[in-house]
Amino acid sequence: MHDKTLTELAAGLRAGEFSSVELTRAYLERIEQFDTDLNCFISVARERALASAERADARIRDGSADALTGIPIAHKDIFCTSGLRTSCGSKMLDNFVAPYDATVVARLEAAGTVMLGKTNMDEFAMGSSNETSFYGVVRNPWDRTLVPGGSSGGSAAAVAARLCGAATGTDTGGSIRQPAALCGITGLKPTYGRVSRYGMIAFASSLDQGGPLTRSAADAALMLQAMAGFDPRDSTSAQQAVPDYSGQLDADLRGLKIGLPREYFESGLDAEVAASVQAAIAEYRHMGAEVVDISLPNSGLSVATYYVVAPAECSSNLSRFDGVRFGHRCEQPKNLEDLYKRSRSEGFGAEVKRRIMIGTYALSAGYYDAYYLKAQQIRQLISEDFRKAFGQVDVIMGPTSPTTAFAIGEKADDPVTMYLSDIYTIAANLAGLPGMSIPVRPVAGRPVGLQIIGNYFQEGKLLNVAHRLQRESDWHLAAPVGF
Amino acid sequence: MQWETVIGLEIHTQLATRSKIFSGASTAFGAEPNTQACAVDLGLPGVLPVLNREAVVMAVKFSAAIGAELARRSVFARKNYFYPDLPKGYQISQFELPIVGRGAVEILLEDGSRRTIGVTRAHLEEDAGKSLHEDFHGLSGIDLNRAGTPLLEIVSEPDMRSAREAVAYARKIHQIVRYTGISDGNMQEGSFRCDANVSIRRPGGELGTRAELKNINSFRFLERAINFEIERQIDVLESGGKVVQETRLYDPDKDETRSMRSKEEANDYRYFPDPDLLPLEIDEAFIAAAIADLPELPDVRRARFVTEYGLGEMDAAQLTASREMADYYEAVAKAAGDARLAATWVMGALAGALNRDGLDVTASPLSAQRLGGLLARIADNTISGKIAKQVFESMWAGEASADQIIDQQGLRQITDSGAIAGIVDQVLSDNAQQVESYRQAEPPKRAKMLGFFVGQVMKLSKGKANPAQVNELLKERLES
Repeated sequence: MHDKTLTELAAGLRAGEFSSVELTRAYLERIEQFDTDLNCFISVARERALASAERADARIRDGSADALTGIPIAHKDIFCTSGLRTSCGSKMLDNFVAPYDATVVARLEAAGTVMLGKTNMDEFAMGSSNETSFYGVVRNPWDRTLVPGGSSGGSAAAVAARLCGAATGTDTGGSIRQPAALCGITGLKPTYGRVSRYGMIAFASSLDQGGPLTRSAADAALMLQAMAGFDPRDSTSAQQAVPDYSGQLDADLRGLKIGLPREYFESGLDAEVAASVQAAIAEYRHMGAEVVDISLPNSGLSVATYYVVAPAECSSNLSRFDGVRFGHRCEQPKNLEDLYKRSRSEGFGAEVKRRIMIGTYALSAGYYDAYYLKAQQIRQLISEDFRKAFGQVDVIMGPTSPTTAFAIGEKADDPVTMYLSDIYTIAANLAGLPGMSIPVRPVAGRPVGLQIIGNYFQEGKLLNVAHRLQRESDWHLAAPVGF
Repeated sequence: MQWETVIGLEIHTQLATRSKIFSGASTAFGAEPNTQACAVDLGLPGVLPVLNREAVVMAVKFSAAIGAELARRSVFARKNYFYPDLPKGYQISQFELPIVGRGAVEILLEDGSRRTIGVTRAHLEEDAGKSLHEDFHGLSGIDLNRAGTPLLEIVSEPDMRSAREAVAYARKIHQIVRYTGISDGNMQEGSFRCDANVSIRRPGGELGTRAELKNINSFRFLERAINFEIERQIDVLESGGKVVQETRLYDPDKDETRSMRSKEEANDYRYFPDPDLLPLEIDEAFIAAAIADLPELPDVRRARFVTEYGLGEMDAAQLTASREMADYYEAVAKAAGDARLAATWVMGALAGALNRDGLDVTASPLSAQRLGGLLARIADNTISGKIAKQVFESMWAGEASADQIIDQQGLRQITDSGAIAGIVDQVLSDNAQQVESYRQAEPPKRAKMLGFFVGQVMKLSKGKANPAQVNELLKERLES
């Protein structure tokens, strides 16, 4: 049962092969069995999940069920859930229970999904390995000595280990796509504004975007269908109609123009990962797609630009965690300054502090023009590169990450090397474009992700392109040994 | 030594929207602490601001009222600093691209002269909450009801040269925001707050170092705070010291300003565009709709009062000080059929009675219709002005109309010349000696003496004899 895709699970529920309660129990048992070790979940909402599964079964019986009704999923612990702790992977919010649901949570709830719990993540989504979480590292189900990637590492590992039908994640610089690649699953970061950010704890507001982590592109289409759409509570959400994603999945790819940016295949890319990605692209050629060499000349500036913009925004976004109204407060503050300093020093981990300091510096008087403003200008250039590229091609392909999953602890003390693991994913966030990662041929038993970047609001096209490969191959169906 | 004062004002005016600038919570004043603060106002994790359209409409109205350049595209920015009553750790404001650009207002000084004061800009922003330091046994309380209340911060050019000009400018802005209905301007409740930047210099010289005066919540305090600060700076400079750039707090109890923080202690606000809010773009249709219901503005109305009603400039200014007063005056003038008489009474008896009872014109027990009815009886000679004062007091205290009181108390003026002649003759025969002195006096002295006879006639007629007729008849009899 747990090995089925969402489409299969939905069909099984509809056909009465199993109930949502049975399915929910099965996943809860698997979480109990495997998660002590994997550490994918920060909170498991057993009773709440079962109650919600019962309601879903009633809807299935009375015929009012939607496509996802009764499907057990998990939410990244960055999405606020009314009445259930939302920690954002931080000691700062270890005691925080929001009085409201994030729009993403509310929409998936309305669609009838069953929330199993909240998944582990890098603290405040700042990390690429899930090692910055206050709740400990998440282990990669393919090899427990490896990281799952991050920051949506708990969601990616949970989907890979079949601990839930699908999961939500957020992607600020690659936080859905990179862990999806490292865990051998499908991850989609939609166009900026496609999915509401309301109730999603902000890391870098102009880059953050929620999206699904699933077993297949067809599953991602179902999830995105429920998540996407304008939200009057998020001024940056797009007032654009949501197309029927599942309906476009099978469209023919003959004549599709795929752009391969030469900058994505230069030094720094693992040769075997490159070969695997090229093999997948060869499949697309067989399906009738045309492959075009393109250039994104400013790609080399992505990481530097990102590490000004994202920390600048986070330094401001994280100011509200001050020990005054909610979250961690130090014991016996002597005065206001002591309250601020100790609450924040104790509540935040090292990576979060590092980024707050970088961001504060970048926005300071006298440095703003040289850092923040310059970074915004480069951001424009990067968007312009993509605009030109999409004048020539329909989608852009390349590796999601330069290497396969690395060992826990391997890069933990070297932030710059860690930052480079998002070198291919960051540009899509800076430009606001949709990007996807799907599993292709593994290297030495470790998953490899193919990244597909589309033009604005072309999620349907991305899902279509991904799905056609998944029709012709079964890399996405492979489960880690023992799961 | 000669010093010239240079003053610029920053006025925070609370916009009269029903809900907050970025959330749906109510802006009503005086609720129990923290009952009008929603998740957005509390800055809970994950919440996002959504701009209140009405606040934008109000900024557009203000822009039109001062003839300012209205930015078709403006940008909200975050002003970052830590304070317990600032929930997000930043205030959403506008920095580089404010909605209202350069404009100007004209002030009319007491000597009748006019000056134009430049407005540099006005921008939309959210208010912070309030810290309460009493009653918490060594702790501080935070009330976030005010957090997120919409403000329009109006920044002037350093164009004012005295405390009086600064007050005249502040009153002018106050008048405009009240006329346009974008703020209730209530200073006690903090809906209209002034910060003053004050410096002194040699006339025509380089600008001096300024001090920013905060916490001024009345026009009277504004004048006193600036005057205190001017004296302080002159003392500092004339005793060989230097004025330091700092923020000073005005203490109305001690009537002095005190240093709050120096430039070195000032925050680096790390302004940057708020990524949660798209740039604000407004088009011509939005502007047209926003200014469609703008009322006649005070300067225009004042000029009209001069031409239409034949009033003097200062009288017209006084009567148009508030929209309510001007509306009241025009209604009185219409009902009375005599605009100048109406002006005299509204600025005299009515203003005096309102002031005595501490009432605003909107709470006047005497409606414009009733007052107009009284004045109409003066105009048509039914009663004299003096009797009218008496009727006015009765009307103020009760419900009756002027006509009812005049009839009940028998106050109708005596205009019958036969009746007046009888009284005049009576007075002349009762005062034969005075009549004799009058007739022997030099003509220039007679005018004064005539007053005695008029007074006697009025006394005898209980004030009801028509004074013009009395005068005429007395002269006729005495000169004959």
